[in-house]
Amino acid sequence: MGMFEAILLTIATAATPLLIAAMGELVVERSGVLNLGVEGMMIMGAVAGFGVAQLTGSAWLGMFAAILAGAAFSLLFGFLTLTLVTNQVATGLALTLLGLGASAMIGESFVGLPGVRMQSLNIPVLTGLPVVGKFLFGQDPIFYISILLTIGVTWFLFRTRAGLTLRAVGDNHASAHALGVPVVRVRYLAVMFGGACAGLAGAQLSLVYVPQWVENMTSGRGWIALALVVFASWRPWRILAGAYLFGAVTIGQLHAQALGIGIPSQFMSSLPYLATIVVLVLISRNKRLTLMNTPTSLGKPFVPDR
Amino acid sequence: MRIELVKRPQHSALFSALSPFIALFLTLIAGAILFSLLGKNPVSALYYYFVEPLTEIWSWHELLVKAAPLILIAVGLSVCFLSNNWNIGAEGQLIMGAIAGSILPVVFPDFQGWYVLPMMLLLGMAGGMAYATIPAFLKVRFNTNEILTSLMLVYVAQLFLDWIVRGPWRNPQGFNFPETVQFNSSAILPEIWSESGRAHWGFILAIVAALLVWFMLSRTLSGFEIKVLGRSARAGRFAGFSAGRLTFFAFAISGALAGLAGIAEVSGAVGQLRTTISPGYGFTAIIVAFLGRLNPLGIVAAGLVLALSYLGGEAAQVSLGISEKSARIFQGIILFFVLASDTLIYYRIRFVTRHSDAAAKGA
Repeated sequence: MGMFEAILLTIATAATPLLIAAMGELVVERSGVLNLGVEGMMIMGAVAGFGVAQLTGSAWLGMFAAILAGAAFSLLFGFLTLTLVTNQVATGLALTLLGLGASAMIGESFVGLPGVRMQSLNIPVLTGLPVVGKFLFGQDPIFYISILLTIGVTWFLFRTRAGLTLRAVGDNHASAHALGVPVVRVRYLAVMFGGACAGLAGAQLSLVYVPQWVENMTSGRGWIALALVVFASWRPWRILAGAYLFGAVTIGQLHAQALGIGIPSQFMSSLPYLATIVVLVLISRNKRLTLMNTPTSLGKPFVPDR
Repeated sequence: MRIELVKRPQHSALFSALSPFIALFLTLIAGAILFSLLGKNPVSALYYYFVEPLTEIWSWHELLVKAAPLILIAVGLSVCFLSNNWNIGAEGQLIMGAIAGSILPVVFPDFQGWYVLPMMLLLGMAGGMAYATIPAFLKVRFNTNEILTSLMLVYVAQLFLDWIVRGPWRNPQGFNFPETVQFNSSAILPEIWSESGRAHWGFILAIVAALLVWFMLSRTLSGFEIKVLGRSARAGRFAGFSAGRLTFFAFAISGALAGLAGIAEVSGAVGQLRTTISPGYGFTAIIVAFLGRLNPLGIVAAGLVLALSYLGGEAAQVSLGISEKSARIFQGIILFFVLASDTLIYYRIRFVTRHSDAAAKGA
């Protein structure tokens, strides 16, 4: 396997959790809800995925547990912000803080245990193709799910009636409500979808990326996913591009560290975070672009009048 | 059954005062359930968590040590949150303040005298303030979301601290431990009553900061400006208030107080810089700010409550064998209940069953 191919593969592995989590949050934000709890749901998914895989020996069961854990955890956020109409920013922060704390406690007995790695695909002939074989036909299942997810979300949002309804709810909840759309129910479903995606992204970390449990192992990826949604100006395909860009930055700085180019490793490690800031500034300085694409009801409370 | 919110004609003063207590009460119940699930006697667990740490004089000191940074940071955050500026990077500002303040004792250890400590505190405030101005600047100038930028800067600050403590500032006589030299005695924040425990002047600073910010918020024009712009940017603009200036102001104050918390922690409780200097005070302070209802005086009380949860976690680990990480669960749950209880201030909650729904339609 050539150097280029190896780098391409690691970039995909680094980009996949960002892509999945951001894709989930995209749907949530398109429905008009801002859930800052991605980091918390992701780490809950990571710990649930690791724990169940460890217990049963099956990475697949671990993955499903992570999806369920993420979705269930997001319901907490949904109940507060949608039923009790609490402040979405504060509630999202609360979800992240609780998730980081709860996962640290749940995972305490997992520290140091060998994890269960999710097997990569291996198709005779195809996987062995030069250059692209391993990338197209030899990766872990969650990679393929992430690509299907991107296609699926694009299709759902822009080609189905339900997707149109969801975007209407996000752009003007009062009008959607007047037309008889069950705004709160649509948003509950969107929030749960976002939670399930964040959970799956967490499972990718603890079952594929580094198959073990480390406290705080998401290390800000949930927040980077949130930034990606803004970066992508709420378009699925741009999230794909953004996630791979960040994957490349992450892997690039790791390779630079390994080559020992004389820059302290801490500075290299801070590159993905600095890149996030730079990218956010570049996007948001264009006020018209942001205004045109931001779901109009994003983050605004909604109490149905009857 | 469905839950329905009915808007109150006026916000309820009763629930406004009660909501933090309702939240704490519900947290205790949730805690009792959690302990039962872990197979512990909930009553004795709660005793070890929230009462036992208060039975010894030295642990009162520990309470003040932990409450000091929480109160300092949360008081600053109240200014931010009231003015609708979401600074969630206080942890990073704390670290930068600690580093800036440590320049004197680490780089110039021979520079000693009574004036060193005040200079350190000022440097700490300046460091935190400068770091907090970055997201403020990006928000005002480029319209960049301050939540994400301030949070990203926390990771950068943590990595910077790690580098400086392992690299240029490492104690050459320190057996290769990632630590700086011990601060000299004129760089140590003194203890308040050193006979009985190690509570230091950081707590006094926190109380002073709370009183000053309380005065500013409730008795001055800037306080009024903060509240008006926070509730309605449009109304504020008509009154001639500048939202951009206020963003700088709010971030500067909260950054300075977080920086002060950082240098006070390092110089009072630790005595040197290490790779980790805070168990997440900057994030826990968000909970403190909300539990204190964004009122500096309420925040003093809330800071003591959250500080107690840290001590309770340690006590529960020793006495019951429950991980001290349970404290972080408690802290997260408190915030959820605080936010949920706040709903009662603006809404009445109606439980609608199918039966009562039909009755209402018939009426």
